[in-house]
Amino acid sequence: MSVIFWLISAITIAGALFAVILKNTVHCALALTVAFAGLALLFLGLDAQFAGFTEIMVYIGAVAILVVFAILLTRGSETPKDSVYSRFPVAGLVAAAGVFAVLGWAVLQSASTLPHAMQTPSATAKEIGYALVGRYVLPLEILALLLTVATIGAVIVALHEKEGK
Amino acid sequence: MFENLDQIFILLRDMVLGYLPEPLRPFVSVVLGVVAIVAIFPGLFALTTVFERKGIARIQNRLGPNRVGPFGLLQPIADGIKSLTKEDIVPTTSNGFIHFLAPLVLVVAVFMGFAVLPMGRNMVLVDMDCALLFYFAMGASSELAVFMAGWSSRNKYSLLGAMRAVAQMISYEVILLLSGLAVVMITGSLSLTKIVEAQNVYSGWFPHWYIFTPWGLAGFVMYAIAATAETNRSPFDLPEGESELVAGYHTEYSGFKFALFFLGEYLAMFSISGLGSTLFLGGWSAPFSFLTWVPSWIWFFSKLMLSIFVFIWMRGTLPRLRQDQLMNFAWKFVLPFTLYNLMVTALWRFLGEGWERWVVCTVLVIAGYVLLGRVSMRREHFGPRSYRYAE
Amino acid sequence: MTPLTAHLLVAALLFAIGLAGALTRRNAILVLIGIELMLNAANLNFIAFWRYSPHPEALTGMMFAIFSIAVAAAEAAVGLGLVIAIHRHLHSTDLDQMNRMKG
Repeated sequence: MSVIFWLISAITIAGALFAVILKNTVHCALALTVAFAGLALLFLGLDAQFAGFTEIMVYIGAVAILVVFAILLTRGSETPKDSVYSRFPVAGLVAAAGVFAVLGWAVLQSASTLPHAMQTPSATAKEIGYALVGRYVLPLEILALLLTVATIGAVIVALHEKEGK
Repeated sequence: MFENLDQIFILLRDMVLGYLPEPLRPFVSVVLGVVAIVAIFPGLFALTTVFERKGIARIQNRLGPNRVGPFGLLQPIADGIKSLTKEDIVPTTSNGFIHFLAPLVLVVAVFMGFAVLPMGRNMVLVDMDCALLFYFAMGASSELAVFMAGWSSRNKYSLLGAMRAVAQMISYEVILLLSGLAVVMITGSLSLTKIVEAQNVYSGWFPHWYIFTPWGLAGFVMYAIAATAETNRSPFDLPEGESELVAGYHTEYSGFKFALFFLGEYLAMFSISGLGSTLFLGGWSAPFSFLTWVPSWIWFFSKLMLSIFVFIWMRGTLPRLRQDQLMNFAWKFVLPFTLYNLMVTALWRFLGEGWERWVVCTVLVIAGYVLLGRVSMRREHFGPRSYRYAE
Repeated sequence: MTPLTAHLLVAALLFAIGLAGALTRRNAILVLIGIELMLNAANLNFIAFWRYSPHPEALTGMMFAIFSIAVAAAEAAVGLGLVIAIHRHLHSTDLDQMNRMKG
């Protein structure tokens, strides 16, 4: 595998690791942004340009900013009094390590049966557009409904209640 | 002869590449393009700072810088020396790492946007199939840099300025996307080179630029409003208004880092004007069919400088909008009108060639604008003033 | 190690890191960050399998990843709205203190 792939993967994994380890929440959010950028570069390396740029625009341009706003609105940027980890972090770590062990074993075990490298697929925006309104039109419409409901719901949930204070 | 002049930069690059061995050629070709962009646009930035100061000064009935060179034209050199030799003050309670990175992230994200602009015939750095999507992705990345700058300074005013700037940029980014979407609908492609080639057609003398269509004019006006708000220029410059918030999110930056923020803001102005002229004003195509002998890159840069002139003109003329007025305007008027414009564009496409579609679409655009203005931008009627005297 | 195996291992590692973050941190927002990492790891899996599949012109993997990105954005919005609303009530985002149904 090429050097660039290992470099980008190292940056992504480092970003993800710092996002769950650091004490200051805003630092975690910024490390998460680095992880998203690394993932977008991995998508670009896999010839999925549309998915890569959509990832940058949606995740870095919207989700990361949402997370940062939420941290600031909940006073998360002040240092917490107790530890930032829950009471029994070892259990969580063991579970995560177990999951990684199982997944890694499954991948390496079936490495010989996985498909090999093909020629570069073409996923132009035109083909994606045809697929979206052709074969995948039902998921598209459901997604539109879901996004509308989620937007209205998020606004209502986070709205200031004037009475009943 | 004029074709050679038009392609002169391509010919120069091919000549340089001819001297190199085969394996190095793609790498050096990209490096040459990048060096050209990094050299030209900051140079234009230096020129624009003088023009802005002199332009605003003349609008305000004063002279502007006129000491350093003939008509003050060498002022950027003095500014550059000043910003390089100023002491770099970093507040002790600030988050050093993020404070250092914020201007870098901003400038990198803004420079990336230049990679997909077609600056002349065959003169794109990267000819991508999803070029417009790439440009908007890079624009979205620059918002986080603004937040990083404001938060890492540990200063209430910086944070407030950063929050206002991010809220404004997110709101107007949707409008930018939707007004560009109308152009994509008609052209049928996200690639900027194809969009320019679709506008490079002449019927008689007149070009088929999208601004000369009713939906194109409406889209261009919305795009211009959103572009002014995205780059935090007047009348949308509350986040960095000098009289309101000291200097907003770049209060705690001095010396070269402040110069980098300044550079980032002006480069964002250039790249968004470049995109606007690519989408609506025909990119590198000439305004009349008898003028196509003039090199294409001259047309692109002329349209760019014309847009910059309009930005400077607006800054000197219009008063600043308040934050709630700005957000109201974006969400209640411009966004619904942009969606309505998309529907009018679809109608244009499906009415077929002829004079009917011109009449129908013009009437629909004007009617939509008037109705939406009456409904959503109603002035609040205050009652008669009441005074309370201190007793 | 083929490229596909390498991508799948990176995705598995990202998933495990996200899971560890979601299980061990106290702040509700960091749990959401862990969930976003897990969703992204799954997206990487989909795109890697799409790229090396025998029929990439069906675009199934790419479509799934795009829909997953959109749904994750909606879920982040609603989740963060909930965290803000709870903070307004309890004045803390500590998950260990949110163990009661009584308001």
